[in-house]
Amino acid sequence: MTDQLRGDVVLRVNGEDRVVNLDNRSTLLDALREHLRLTGTKKGCDHGQCGACTVLVDGERANSCLLLAVAAEGREVTTVEGLADEDELHPLQRAFIAHDGFQCGYCTPGQLCSAIGMLAEVADGMPSWISADLTATPDLDDDEIRERMSGNLCRCGAYAGIVAAIREVADG
Amino acid sequence: MTAGSGLSRLEGHDKVTGAARYAYEYPVEDVLYVWPVGATVASGTVTEVDSTAALADPEVVAVIDHTNAPRLLPAVTADELVLQSPTVAYRGQIVAAVVATTIEAAQEGAEQVLVRYVEHGHKVVLDPEDPDLEQPETTNAGFPGTSIKGDVDAALAAADVVVDTVYTTPAQHNNPMETVAIIARWDGERLLLHDSNQGPWAAATAFGMLWGIPPSQVDVVTEHVGGGFGSKVWPTAGAVVATVAARVTGRPCKLMLTRQQMYTMAPARTATRSRIRLGARSDGTLTAIDHDALQYSSVIHEFVEQTGSATRTMYASDNLRIRHRLARLNLPTPRVMRAPGKTPGMFALESAMDELAYALDLDPLALRLRNEPATEPASGLPFDGRHLVDCLQAGADKFGWASRDPTPGARRRGRWLFGTGLASAMYPVYQQGGKATARAEPDGTFDVWVAAVDIGTGSRTALWQAAVDALGVPPSQVSIHIGHSAYGQAALAGGSAGTASWGGAVRKACLELSRRVAEHGGAVPSDGLEVTADTAEDQLAPDRARHSYGAHFCAVRVDADTGQVRVDRLLGVFAHGHALNARTTHSQLLGGMVMGVSMALCEQTVVDPRLGLFVNHDLAQYHVATNADIRGLEAHSLERADDDVTLVGGKGIGELGIVGSAAAVANAVFHATGVRVRDLPITPERVRAR
Repeated sequence: MTDQLRGDVVLRVNGEDRVVNLDNRSTLLDALREHLRLTGTKKGCDHGQCGACTVLVDGERANSCLLLAVAAEGREVTTVEGLADEDELHPLQRAFIAHDGFQCGYCTPGQLCSAIGMLAEVADGMPSWISADLTATPDLDDDEIRERMSGNLCRCGAYAGIVAAIREVADG
Repeated sequence: MTAGSGLSRLEGHDKVTGAARYAYEYPVEDVLYVWPVGATVASGTVTEVDSTAALADPEVVAVIDHTNAPRLLPAVTADELVLQSPTVAYRGQIVAAVVATTIEAAQEGAEQVLVRYVEHGHKVVLDPEDPDLEQPETTNAGFPGTSIKGDVDAALAAADVVVDTVYTTPAQHNNPMETVAIIARWDGERLLLHDSNQGPWAAATAFGMLWGIPPSQVDVVTEHVGGGFGSKVWPTAGAVVATVAARVTGRPCKLMLTRQQMYTMAPARTATRSRIRLGARSDGTLTAIDHDALQYSSVIHEFVEQTGSATRTMYASDNLRIRHRLARLNLPTPRVMRAPGKTPGMFALESAMDELAYALDLDPLALRLRNEPATEPASGLPFDGRHLVDCLQAGADKFGWASRDPTPGARRRGRWLFGTGLASAMYPVYQQGGKATARAEPDGTFDVWVAAVDIGTGSRTALWQAAVDALGVPPSQVSIHIGHSAYGQAALAGGSAGTASWGGAVRKACLELSRRVAEHGGAVPSDGLEVTADTAEDQLAPDRARHSYGAHFCAVRVDADTGQVRVDRLLGVFAHGHALNARTTHSQLLGGMVMGVSMALCEQTVVDPRLGLFVNHDLAQYHVATNADIRGLEAHSLERADDDVTLVGGKGIGELGIVGSAAAVANAVFHATGVRVRDLPITPERVRAR
């Protein structure tokens, strides 16, 4: 690998600027896990098929395995490590524990980031594939939650707990 | 008392904050990345591995192939003997590995390695007419390959009604969310691993065998595991290659298989073909049960899925014949996946029972009740807690089965056809011996060590509860330590036996420690008190038939135009004895049912006969159930005192939920549409193909 294929990248992760020297081919996922040692974000398929690597980029959910790290410069990246406020867990984190919304826990960081992004999409009035009315304020029933969370696979089959946890937080 | 209560998981906080560390996530200085290269032929001989281009990149440290890899010794399967010979037994078999200072360079290097082969002919299709089929003497888990009671052919000839049908299940891949992941480091002749597995002690033993060193020289840390479902029970070829790379380079090496590599460098469930013949009198009494099961193994190792084993134990019949046949194919050696044998075998048997019920014009529930055996049909052994009837009846009540009109294809609203179906479930009780250590400190705290692993089952929490109960002290004084081979010989997380096996040793150690503390008048001496217990002698006698039972009730809707199946409701009732933790037990049962729905509707690994390739080797093409596929799930537990057969009570939970669930779905699809789908998965085109 020649030097022109490497470079310093400034990543803003969980509110902190981090400078890291990367192979230009590095994904955001590998940059987080291998270089910034933020291993909460998980690699499940590396191809955008499972959702385990979901993070928030400028508040929107994104598969970090499909983003080159260099393309994330200047964006605000939030990972599972940045969800809690100091020692105070995010309400969704508490709800996932309360409803046993995970077993092995490997998809959990992606589920959490995805759910936060999804709730923001609903608040913005974004319809889903199953929404009957594309312009009305979405009614976030359980089927809407299931549909909107189907980009995040859980092989342990904790879907019932995941829906219950999101339901609880969505209902306030 | 804490046992049975629905405590949340001890590691819950770590799992929702990202602090829980999985095998690949330990910081290691000077680490190298390993990227295996898979064979691109299904059968052949490697004639050349040209690593020139790969090694031209200064970030590539080594390219390892069969000519320069260190020698390994046989351990569990031939698949693990990576880079030991030029012979290629299946497509995707590891033929080289690139070791580099970055992930990117390792991956790029693997693309640059040129491998040349002489190709031989290959065989990858499971074919009942295959002239080379074998008749194995035994199956996985030690069942006889063939067992015969009475005269099945004569009974079938004399039966009032005969069902003679063939059911198939495709190859399936476990697909844990965390792929095979390992960090390997050699310290002289000691092998140090952070490894994703289903039993750190078993991993230490197997890696020790491969390298010709005692298990005490292999240190395996397995703190958190991102799912296994059987795929991480034994070391995979992928994991072994990391230890080879560490040996060759003298540096720590890490490897995480890609999702695509998981399809050939980690195991799968065999495809199965079950011919079931049931003979019955017109009143529904079974007179003959015949299960002829065909499955495959690789050409380098014999693994026989125990596909017919559940049929040996489910229903009464004077004439019972179970046979297993085995094809040897140019595919990776299949291994266990959630409820091996029981899952495909019960899809077949429970579908056939539904077909027999229709042939007899009898309710499927009544048919099962009529054929409830007094003793285990094949062995004649008395049962310890047979609660299948309890499960069926409780499920029928909760589901509202009594009001069901059995007519197929008779309920349509709009474009949807509605139907319901049921199926039984069973899983055997296994309990293995092992060690646990409990220690009391003078400050009133207690520590318990056992080489258990929590692959998501909740074992860490349940074992802690078992320790607290046995010690009889406040929970805050007790710490549990798992996930390290150094804690001593211990069972695997497999066969639904993990928590019962580990829990037995924990309980024994804690009870003994409690007694020792009492001997000291409750005052722990300044150097503490420590007890190591071994349950090797405390095992279940083989004089009884011991199984968990369950019943699934399913409601589906089927799109009359497209054939798409939606599961609206799946209700399971399970008799598994005492649950150490009600919450995680419930989640495990639900998880099994989800995997059952997934198996019924989505999962299949497709083999291209021309290339010998698992074609759909990723999660975009190998479909597993998503959140939107699952609704209306209910799992209920029946606790029965005579089910408390293991050292900690319960019978095992992890696999029960998947067994029979796919048959319940298929039976509901028949009720909805009149179309009997005998080949999984139940895809729209199979439903439409009337």
